[in-house]
Amino acid sequence: MYGSIEPNEDHCIMSIKEYRTAIEARGGLLVVRDTPGVAFGDRVRIENHAGQIRNGQVIRAADEEVLILVFEGTDDLDLENTWVRFLDEPVEIALSPEILGRELNGLGEPRDGRPPVLSGLRRPVGGSAINPAARTYPREFIQTGVSTIDGLNSLVRGQKLPIFSGSGLPHNRLAAQIVRQARLVDENSSFSIVFAAMGVSYADAKFFRDEFANSGVLRNVVMFVNLADDPPVERLTLPRAALTAAEYLAYDLDRHVLVVLTDMTNYAEALREVATAKGDVPARKGYPGYLYSDLAELYERCGRIHDRRGSITMMPVVSMPSDDITHPIPDLTGYITEGQIVLSRELHNRGIYPPVHISPSLSRLMKDGIGKDDTREDHPRVAAQLYSLYARAQETRNLASIIGADELSERDRRFLEFADAFDSRFVTQGEDEERSVIETLELAWALMAHFPRDQLTRLQETDFARHLPHDDRP
Amino acid sequence: MDDAVKDANRTGRVRDINGPIVTIELPGARSGEQVKLGELGLLGEVISLRGGDAIVQTYESTDGLRPGEPVRGLGRPLSVELGPGLLGGIFDGVQRPLEAIALASGDHIRRGIDLNALDRAREWRFTPNPALEPGARIGGGTLLGTVPETATIEHRVLVPPGIEGELEEIAPAGDYDLEATIARVRDAHGASRRLGLYHRWPVRQPRPYRRRDDGVAPLITGQRVIDTFFPQLKGSKGAVPGPFGAGKTVVQQQIARWSNADIVIYVGCGERGNELVDVLETFPQLDDPYTGRKLMERTLLVANTSNMPVVAREASVYVGLTMAEYYRDMGYDVVMLADSTSRWAEALREVSGRLGQMPVEEGYPAYLASRLAALYERAGRVETFAGASGSVTLIGAVSPPGGDFSEPVTSHTKDIVETFWALSKELADARHYPSIDWVGSFSGHVHTAAEWWHQEIDPNWEQRRTAALALLARDAELSRIVNLVGPEALSDPQRWELEGAALIKEGVLQQSALDDIDTFCSPAKQFALLDLAIEIYRSGESLIRLGVPVSELQNLPLLAKMRRIKSLYSSEELDRIQGFRDEVEEAMEGVRIEYSKLDRGAGVE
Repeated sequence: MYGSIEPNEDHCIMSIKEYRTAIEARGGLLVVRDTPGVAFGDRVRIENHAGQIRNGQVIRAADEEVLILVFEGTDDLDLENTWVRFLDEPVEIALSPEILGRELNGLGEPRDGRPPVLSGLRRPVGGSAINPAARTYPREFIQTGVSTIDGLNSLVRGQKLPIFSGSGLPHNRLAAQIVRQARLVDENSSFSIVFAAMGVSYADAKFFRDEFANSGVLRNVVMFVNLADDPPVERLTLPRAALTAAEYLAYDLDRHVLVVLTDMTNYAEALREVATAKGDVPARKGYPGYLYSDLAELYERCGRIHDRRGSITMMPVVSMPSDDITHPIPDLTGYITEGQIVLSRELHNRGIYPPVHISPSLSRLMKDGIGKDDTREDHPRVAAQLYSLYARAQETRNLASIIGADELSERDRRFLEFADAFDSRFVTQGEDEERSVIETLELAWALMAHFPRDQLTRLQETDFARHLPHDDRP
Repeated sequence: MDDAVKDANRTGRVRDINGPIVTIELPGARSGEQVKLGELGLLGEVISLRGGDAIVQTYESTDGLRPGEPVRGLGRPLSVELGPGLLGGIFDGVQRPLEAIALASGDHIRRGIDLNALDRAREWRFTPNPALEPGARIGGGTLLGTVPETATIEHRVLVPPGIEGELEEIAPAGDYDLEATIARVRDAHGASRRLGLYHRWPVRQPRPYRRRDDGVAPLITGQRVIDTFFPQLKGSKGAVPGPFGAGKTVVQQQIARWSNADIVIYVGCGERGNELVDVLETFPQLDDPYTGRKLMERTLLVANTSNMPVVAREASVYVGLTMAEYYRDMGYDVVMLADSTSRWAEALREVSGRLGQMPVEEGYPAYLASRLAALYERAGRVETFAGASGSVTLIGAVSPPGGDFSEPVTSHTKDIVETFWALSKELADARHYPSIDWVGSFSGHVHTAAEWWHQEIDPNWEQRRTAALALLARDAELSRIVNLVGPEALSDPQRWELEGAALIKEGVLQQSALDDIDTFCSPAKQFALLDLAIEIYRSGESLIRLGVPVSELQNLPLLAKMRRIKSLYSSEELDRIQGFRDEVEEAMEGVRIEYSKLDRGAGVE
């Protein structure tokens, strides 16, 4: 279990301090007395009466005592026979190109039954803030092959775009489809994938593992997995370990990395669990006041940096408790990420895949990644036009549900038809259907062609001349 | 400041590390004093004292810090350097220069890094004030001379507040670096003091001025829904609350780009790194619409992105405000944008939580409202000690959790500010941008702004504005009916009212920040569009009274053109908008003539 730290053992052993002075154990926290000079944030190893080894981290360090967060929990510890070793190093993981194709836990230790990653290169998982002056604005379009994303909520390299979902919605299938299809239009290069699963079910983890194996991307994927029945506290280091691996792949190995974090709700719940045990003052729904800062520490590790060839793009999956987008986890996530893709239960129940609800979905970085030199020059206006038609169509739908479709005017009926065609032709696509962005835009034009030009106020004359399908021209 | 030097370098030790809150032993520590912690020299600030212990909030991550490590007291509160070289710069939450840090420490910010905010090596061309002779009485605010800081902004070198006496000497015109002495002054006790091109000022202490004045002129932002509907005066305080995705940041960036202030200070407080980079990369390319020079020459940025240490986030707003007041004291109109004050409040909450203070609403400390009020109170139009008029306009973005405007930060802010631009999720979802909701927003400055508009643009401004808002209010009422029973239930005049409101919404209120032409709209064009929309509505209204069916008017192509005209003609092409107005009159007249014929025909039968 502690295999990967073995190589360090010999040269550290002299400086390692070992104590049997635990005075308190509760809710995953261990208090140890008389431990001068222990550094805040350092890694700890704990051996219980039965000789079992656990991992921990110092989360408060004072002259008299230190507080340790025990990743595997404090069950079955006693105070007399618990030996605590301060390893005098931060929580870090070993990095080498060999991590690709591996499945690791939140501390970078193997879960796949293979030997530990051996490398002289170890980095602390905490990371540090990117200097905003060293960042480059993300502007390279990523084609995901999904119309609602490419056409209306485009993803760019270096962006963090979460999927807001609900229990039972096909967010995993959509995430897997994006992982399979994501490519840069001109380079046709694919991504290295860092996949971080926090508190997911065995079935979900298996789904992704099989998905990666079947589509042949497995040798390009590193998986960090913590299952629903694994210790929750480990979920706090897991995304950090995954992002440390992503930074290594992007900035040391010059790769474009796509990070999928699922499910952030489980992460936040683990954070709440620990915060409550520590006695932190709760803010909303029992989550600690620093939930925003903590999430930002993770999300903000993605981006583009000057003079670095690699990049980190992130797709966190957030399942909204009770489908409530104002719940603290999706809410704070939305304030940090550059937009969101929102899945709708209503669309899902109508059998529409992917059930992307475009109204609340948004990509903030879209404006600079699309248009003339990136996708096609009419793209920004087409997106704006589709959104405005869809908003109007939704109002018409509401109206029709009250007064009946027969009572609608000719004009309104056209919106109703549009709404149906939009859902069935534009939103709906197969799980293996990969549409190029040009195909997506042509599809949009085919839908808009049913409206008279004076209702298409977001488009320009030149757009009509160039893109309006000829046979439909009024 | 001389005081500070004496008790600087007292040393002590670290006792307890609890995230960003560190307890230290430091004899003689003062509340508010800056300290350096540990071997790395992490920067922190004493926030409270208890017995022999001092509680410190640190501006940097404390990972790896150990009890027993040394501590050094700097003997001064958190303060900023004020002098030429600030403009065009980008600083972190405690005014460290991020570009210089990138050169010194690479992509990530190394902890404990200590760099001066202002470049000591750079020389500035100083021209002394010709009115000053040795022997003159000088005091805080006296103009010593000027330095061309950028091509657009003349930096006025003033005697710092609190210094008074007789001028002993003043440097002749020439190039000086920041450490050079440019004047000497003898104070009342006979002590001689040297003055340089810069000084330090504690950020939590508002800079003094002679007198507070009322605002007189609106801040022109080039955004119709702001300038025309909810105007803000220079020197006032406003807030932009909105849920995520409603477009707060775009509204703030548009104000930073297009407002007619002399200086713009943009404080990115706990927001997205990529968005700050957008500002960093695009501003140097953009031209200032008022001077034709680069926008960056009048802009400075303070950046504490959401992943940077939370305590520096709390400080960043004060750092920005102090620099804003510094330029105000030179007689400039300064706009400071704080994006977002909610993150600032959350930083307060986080620190208070770690100190174990009793929370009141949603975990916020009891002093949230008073701190917030004191913060906004630093905005204002003042008469400076030099007798000039300068202002600080403070616009804070608010990010209410879940878009709930009744939460503590939004509701307290609403009580304090004079202008409130409420962003609506519904409008944003329908891609109606800027999504400033005309129902929930307010401006306390309409009458003062009206005086300006009536004098500068058109005496009908206030009347047109009121007409437009009345139409929008009718629209809300009628829409409720439509939602219940469908549009067929409405009479022709009512349906024309809906059409009129739609013209206001789409032709006037909606404004695309991405459209090359429409991104900025001059006051004259704003009025022309508003006037035109009202004019179309009114002439249509009188035609309907004559019996013209509403469908006849709805089919007029000019309605579609009215929606597009904002992005067809720029602010310089008012004559073409006038041309369209003539077309409108002609078309309406055509309809009238046709119907009066029909009418007469009917009468004969």
